[in-house]
Amino acid sequence: MAQTVFHPANSRGKADLGWLKSYHTFSFGGYYNPERMNFGALRVLNDDTVDGGEGFGEHPHDNMEIISIPLKGGLKHQDSMDNIAVISDGDIQVMSAGTGIFHEEHNDDADEDVQFLQIWIYPNVLNVEPRYDQLTLDKADRHNKLQQILSPNADDAGVWIYQDAWFNLGSFDKSLSASYHLKAKGNGVYIFIISGSVAINGQVLNTRDGFGIWDTDSFTIDVLADSEFLLMEVPMEW
Amino acid sequence: MKNIEILIVGKHPDIMKTILRLLNNKADWTGTGAFSADEALGLGKSVLFDVVLLGAGLSGVESKQIQDHFTVPVVQHYGGGSGLLYAEVYEALGV
Repeated sequence: MAQTVFHPANSRGKADLGWLKSYHTFSFGGYYNPERMNFGALRVLNDDTVDGGEGFGEHPHDNMEIISIPLKGGLKHQDSMDNIAVISDGDIQVMSAGTGIFHEEHNDDADEDVQFLQIWIYPNVLNVEPRYDQLTLDKADRHNKLQQILSPNADDAGVWIYQDAWFNLGSFDKSLSASYHLKAKGNGVYIFIISGSVAINGQVLNTRDGFGIWDTDSFTIDVLADSEFLLMEVPMEW
Repeated sequence: MKNIEILIVGKHPDIMKTILRLLNNKADWTGTGAFSADEALGLGKSVLFDVVLLGAGLSGVESKQIQDHFTVPVVQHYGGGSGLLYAEVYEALGV
C-alpha cells in the first residue's frame, strides 16, 4: 500500500535576509527540523525570491546535484569553470558539484524580483568532475501533459544528473487528471504545487504544498483548479 | 555548555576554509580541518572529537580508514560548506 507524507506550504521553514526570502521544505541553513531532513535522495527544496539587483555571492559546493528552475525573472550564473549564463522562466539549470565548484547567482534585473526553485539531490557517486548545464524547455510541451525535464540519462529528455531521478513539470487545466508511473522500483515521488490545486490519494494540495508518495507503482493527480506542479521521482534509498 | 569538537576531512583547500569558517562561527563549536586520513588520525590523538565529517575528494580507502578509527559519529558531508552543514552536525549529535 502506498505511503504518503504531506507538507503544507505554511509548515516550511522561512529565511528572510532582506534581499532573499526563502521557504525551506527541508532543513536548511538556520532552519533545522529533524523530522524534515529529506525525502529519499531529495535533500533540498527551497522556494527563493531575490530582490532586484541582489544575489548570492561566490560560494562553494561539492558532492551534490543542484537544480535551479526559475519561475519568474532571470538569474545570472557565473562559476569557477568559466560558465556565464542567464536562466529565465522556462529554463532549467543543473550543476554536479562533485569534487568542488564555486559559483554565484544574481538577479539579472536591477528592479524586479526573481523567483526560482532550488533543488538539491544527493548524488549516487561521489567526487565526480564538476559539470554545468542548462536547457530551455518548450512550455507548450507541458500543457495538459507531463513534460520530462530531468533524468539520469544524457540522451533522454531534459537535463541529466548523477542519480536515478526523473523530474516532470505539468501545467493542467481544471478537471483534468494525470497518471504517473514510477520509472524505478524503490523510488518515490515528491510533488510540489507551484500554483493551483490538485488531489492525490484523497489529499488536497494547494499552492506551494508538498506531498511525497512511495511504495507504489503509479498514482493519479486530479486537477481541481488550473495548476502547475513539479513531480520529482527519486530513490528512497541510495 | 560543552564545547563541540568537529573534525572535517577533505581535499579542497578553499572549501575547507569555508567549512571551518561556518563551523567556528557557531558558539560552542570548534572546527578543525585535515586534508588526509593520516592527518585526521593524528589529530584524533590529541583532540576528543564529537563528530567527524568526510568531505569531498577522499578515496574510499581513506574514508574507511577514518570510519574504522573513530568511535564517534563519522558522516559524509555533502554540499561543501552549504546550508546542509549545521543540520548534518545536529543530526550526527542526535539533536
